[in-house]
Amino acid sequence: MKLKQTLIAAAIAAGFAGAARAQMSDGVVKIGVMSDMSSLYADIGGPGSVIAARMAVDDYLKAHKSSLKVEIVTADHQNKPDVGSQIARQWYDQDKVDAIADVPTSSVALAVADVTKQKNKVFLISGAASSDLTGKACSPNNIHWTYDTWMLANGTGSAIVKTGGDTWFFLTSDYAFGHALERDTEAVVLKNGGKVLGKVRHPLNAQDFSSFLLQAQASKAKIIGLANAGGDTINSIKQAAEFGIVKGGQSLAGMLVFISDIHGIGLEKAQGLIFTETFYWDLNDGTRAWTRRFVEQSKGKYPTMVQAGVYSAVTHYLKSVDAAKTDDAPKVLAQMKAMPSDDPLFGKGTVRKDGRVLHPAYLVEVKKPSESKGPYDYYKVRATIPADQAFRPEKEGGCSLVN
Amino acid sequence: MTEIFGVPTQALFGQLLIGLINGSFYALLSLGLAVIFGLLNIINFTHGAQYMMGAFIAYILASKAGLGYWWSLLIVPPVVGATGIVIERFMLQRLYKLDHLYGLLLTFGLALIIQGLFRNEYGTSGLPYSMPAELSGGHNLGFMFLPNYRAWVIAASLVVCLGTWFVIERTKLGSYLRAATENPALVQAFGINVPRMITLTYGFGVALAAFAGVMAAPIYQVSPQMGADLIIVVFAVVVIGGMGSILGSILTGFGLGIVEGLTKVFYPEASNTVIFVIMAVVLMIRPAGLFGAQK
Amino acid sequence: MAAFFLVAPLVVYPVFLMKAMCFALFACAFNLLIGFGGLLSFGHAMFLGTAGYAAAHAAKVWGWPPEIAILFATACAALLGLVTGLIAIRRQGIYFAMTTLALSQMIYFYYLQAPFTHGEDGIQAVPRGRLLGVLDLGSNLAMYATVFVIFMAGFALVYRTVHSPFGQVLKAIRENEQRALSLGYDVSRYKLLAFLLSATLAGLAGATKSIVFQLASLTDVHWSMSGEVVLMTLLGGLGTVFGPVVGALIIVTMENYLAQLGAWVSISQGIIFVICVLTFRRGVVGEIGHGLKKPL
Repeated sequence: MKLKQTLIAAAIAAGFAGAARAQMSDGVVKIGVMSDMSSLYADIGGPGSVIAARMAVDDYLKAHKSSLKVEIVTADHQNKPDVGSQIARQWYDQDKVDAIADVPTSSVALAVADVTKQKNKVFLISGAASSDLTGKACSPNNIHWTYDTWMLANGTGSAIVKTGGDTWFFLTSDYAFGHALERDTEAVVLKNGGKVLGKVRHPLNAQDFSSFLLQAQASKAKIIGLANAGGDTINSIKQAAEFGIVKGGQSLAGMLVFISDIHGIGLEKAQGLIFTETFYWDLNDGTRAWTRRFVEQSKGKYPTMVQAGVYSAVTHYLKSVDAAKTDDAPKVLAQMKAMPSDDPLFGKGTVRKDGRVLHPAYLVEVKKPSESKGPYDYYKVRATIPADQAFRPEKEGGCSLVN
Repeated sequence: MTEIFGVPTQALFGQLLIGLINGSFYALLSLGLAVIFGLLNIINFTHGAQYMMGAFIAYILASKAGLGYWWSLLIVPPVVGATGIVIERFMLQRLYKLDHLYGLLLTFGLALIIQGLFRNEYGTSGLPYSMPAELSGGHNLGFMFLPNYRAWVIAASLVVCLGTWFVIERTKLGSYLRAATENPALVQAFGINVPRMITLTYGFGVALAAFAGVMAAPIYQVSPQMGADLIIVVFAVVVIGGMGSILGSILTGFGLGIVEGLTKVFYPEASNTVIFVIMAVVLMIRPAGLFGAQK
Repeated sequence: MAAFFLVAPLVVYPVFLMKAMCFALFACAFNLLIGFGGLLSFGHAMFLGTAGYAAAHAAKVWGWPPEIAILFATACAALLGLVTGLIAIRRQGIYFAMTTLALSQMIYFYYLQAPFTHGEDGIQAVPRGRLLGVLDLGSNLAMYATVFVIFMAGFALVYRTVHSPFGQVLKAIRENEQRALSLGYDVSRYKLLAFLLSATLAGLAGATKSIVFQLASLTDVHWSMSGEVVLMTLLGGLGTVFGPVVGALIIVTMENYLAQLGAWVSISQGIIFVICVLTFRRGVVGEIGHGLKKPL
C-alpha cells in the first residue's frame, strides 16, 4: 500500500539524514545579531545594532590584542515570533552560531529564548522589554541588558510621583505588553501614594487617539501615562499636542520611548515628555566619543539605548569567552555572571543569577526646541537611579534559578 | 453633569465630533474606492499605498523644496493621480477582459511593492510633518476643545465629497462616465473616448486618496504603514455602503466614523471590530450594501 | 514529488522543508477553493491560525499528545469553516472575497485580545510530545517523518477530491454556475462542502505547523498571511494539482534567503504578484503543464 511504502522510505531517509549530522566546535566565535531590520523597531535596534555589535568586536580585539576569531551574522526577524524562532534554530543547528544578540519585540525574544535554552547556547538580550525574561520565563541562557518593563514602570512611575505627579490616567495598548506596562506602573504609582483616576485601552496600531485623549483630558489627571510603544506612542504624543493637553497643564509620561521616536515626533510636539532610559549619547565623554564613531557609520543616526546595549553585551560576552578560554555556553555564562561588566557606555555593572544585568537608569525630560543646541540634543537628565534600585529585586521575579 | 449610560454628555458629544472627523477620512478614502469600483469595476487595493504616497510627497515637498501644506494640497493629488494613470494605462487595461479578481490581485501586488519601497527608503519610525500655522490652535466649544485643523478636515472633506458626487450624478460628464461603464461599446460609438475617460477616472480616484493623505500628514504619523491597515477598514466601509454607490460611501463613511466613535466610548476594545461586524451583518441581510443596487 | 521530499532532508535543512510542507498543504487547501471552485477567499489565514492556536493550547495547556491536539485543532478549523462558509457562500466573486476578509479580520481582532492567545506574544514553548505515546517528536527526524506523512495524506485527499465526481461538479460550477444550477445540482451545497474541505485542510496545515515550530502567533491569523497563500497558489498555478506545492516551495525559499534584505521580501512578493497577474497567469506548473500538454 502506498502509505506503508511511504513510511518505510521515510524511515530509511531518516536514518541517512541522522548519519550526515555531526557538529564540532570550530575555532570561531560566531555571534548572530537578530533584529527588526525593516519595520516598526528598525530605528530602535535594526542596522544600528549590527553597527554596534561590529564596533564591539573591533574595539575588543584591538584593545585586548585578543587572538579570538569572531564572526558576525545578521537576520531580520520582522517582529514575528515564528520567523525569529526559525532563524534561531537554523543558526544554532546549521550555521554554528554561538550566541544571539539584540532581538527587540518581546514575543520574538521569548521564542528565541526557548530555542536557545533547548540548544544550550547564549542569548544576549538588548532590545526586548518583557521582565518575564528574567522572571517567570527565565533561563540559564538568558542575559538581559538595557531595560525591561519593571525598570521602566519603576523608574518613570516612582520618579514622577515623587516629583508631584500623583494622579494618573492610563492610555494603554490593548495587548499583553501594554497590559503588563500598565499593571507594573499602576503598582508603582499606588505604592508611592499616588492615585489612578482612570484607564482606557486602545487597539494596537490605532491611528487616531483623539477620543482616548479626550477622555484623558476630561479626567483632569496630572499625568497621562502612555502604556504603549512605537507608532502608537508617537501618534498619541503628536495628537496630544494638537489637543493642547500639555499646554492645558497635564503632562505626558511615555513608558517606552526611544531617542529615535523623539527624532520622529520633533521637539515641538514632544517637549516636556518624561521617561526613563539607560543610555543617552550626551551623558559623559565616554558616551560622546563612542557616539561620534557610531554616527560616522550610521549615516547620521544617533544611537538608541538598545544599540548601546548590544555593544555592551557583545563586549562582555567576548571578555567572558576569553577568560573562560572556550565558547562552550554553560562555561561562558558562568563567567559572564562572575565578572562585573565594564564599558564606556553603561559604566560598571553586575550580572545577576537570573540573567538580569544591573546598571544605572536615567529619568529624562525632552527639551523645548529653544533649549536644543545641536543635532539630537533632546534630553535633560532629571535624575539618576542607581543600579541596585533600578531593577526588580531578584527574589520578586519568580525565576526558578533563584531560590 | 447629565449622563447617558454612565457617560457624561460632555464626553459623548466630544466623541461624536471626533467620530465625525474620523468619518471624514473614511468618507474621502471610500469615495475614491467607490468611484473606481463603481465606474471601473476594479478593486483598487493600492488605494492605501496611494494615500501613503500623498502624505509622503507632502513631506518631501516640505523638507526638500520648502513648499508648505497649501502647496501640497494643490500639487500632490495631481502628481499621485498621474502615477495612477500610468498604472491604469500600462497594467490595469490588460485585465479588463478577465475576471475582476485579477485586478484585485494586481493592485494588491502593487501595494506591496510601493509600501516596500518606501519602507526601504524611509524606515518605519514615521516622519514629522508640521501643522500649517493658519490652522493650528483651536476653540473651546464648552464640551471639548476642538482643534482648528480637525474642523478644517470635516469641512474640506464634505466639500470634496459632495463636489464629486455632484459631478458624477448631476453633470453631463458624470452621465457619460456612468453610461460608459454600463455599455462601453455603445458610448464609444457615440464618439466618446471611453478608454481615456476610464484612465482619467482612475487617476481621479487615486488623486482623492492622495488628497486624504496630505490632510492626514499633520495629524497622523507619516509612515509607510499608514495605509496598510486603514485600507481594510475602508474596504469594509465601501462594501457596507454599496460598492458602486457614491452617495452610499460618503454617507457610510461619515456614519461609520460616528459609530466607531461611540464604540470607543462605551466599549473601546471593540472599536476595531465593530465595522467588520456591521459589514458581515449587512452582507447577510442586504448583500448589495445599504445603498447599492443589485447587479 | 514524494521522492523529492524523502531525499531532500539529506541536503537541505529539515526544519525548512517542514515549513515548506506545511505551507504547501495550506496552499493546496486554498487551491481547492479557488482553482477548482472558482472562489477567491481572502481570509484563509483564519483557518490556519485558529487550528494553530487550538493545537498549541491543547498541547501546552491541556497536555494532550500531538496527534490528538492536531486532530482537535483540525476539527476546530472545520467548525469555523462551516460557520463562516454558511455566511460567505451566499455571495460570489468580489463580495465573497470581501466577506471572507471581513470575517478573517474579526477573528484576528478577537485573537488579539483573547487571553488564551497571549496576544502579541503568542503561545510559546509548545511541547512536541510523543506521537502515539511512542515516538519522541523532539528529534527533527521523527518530526519530519510525521509531517511528511500528514502532508502526503492531505495532498492525496486533495488529489482524490479533484479527480472525483464531486470535483467535476465543482469545476462545472466554476465554469458556469447558472448552467450547473439548471442541471439540477445543489450549487450552494457543493460550494459549502468545498469551502469546508478547504478550511479543514488549511487547519490541518496550521495545527501541524504550530507543533513543529512549537509556537502559535498572530502572524498566522493576519490578513497578510491570507495574501501570501494567494501568492503561492497564483505563482504555482491556479487549478493545477502540483502548482500550490511548487508555489509554496518557491515563496518559502525566497523568504528564507531574502530575509536579510528586509523590505525587499515585500517588494519581491509584490513584483511576483504583478508579473504573474499580467503575463504569467498559468503559474509555474501551469506553464509547464501547458508546454507538456498534460494537466498537472
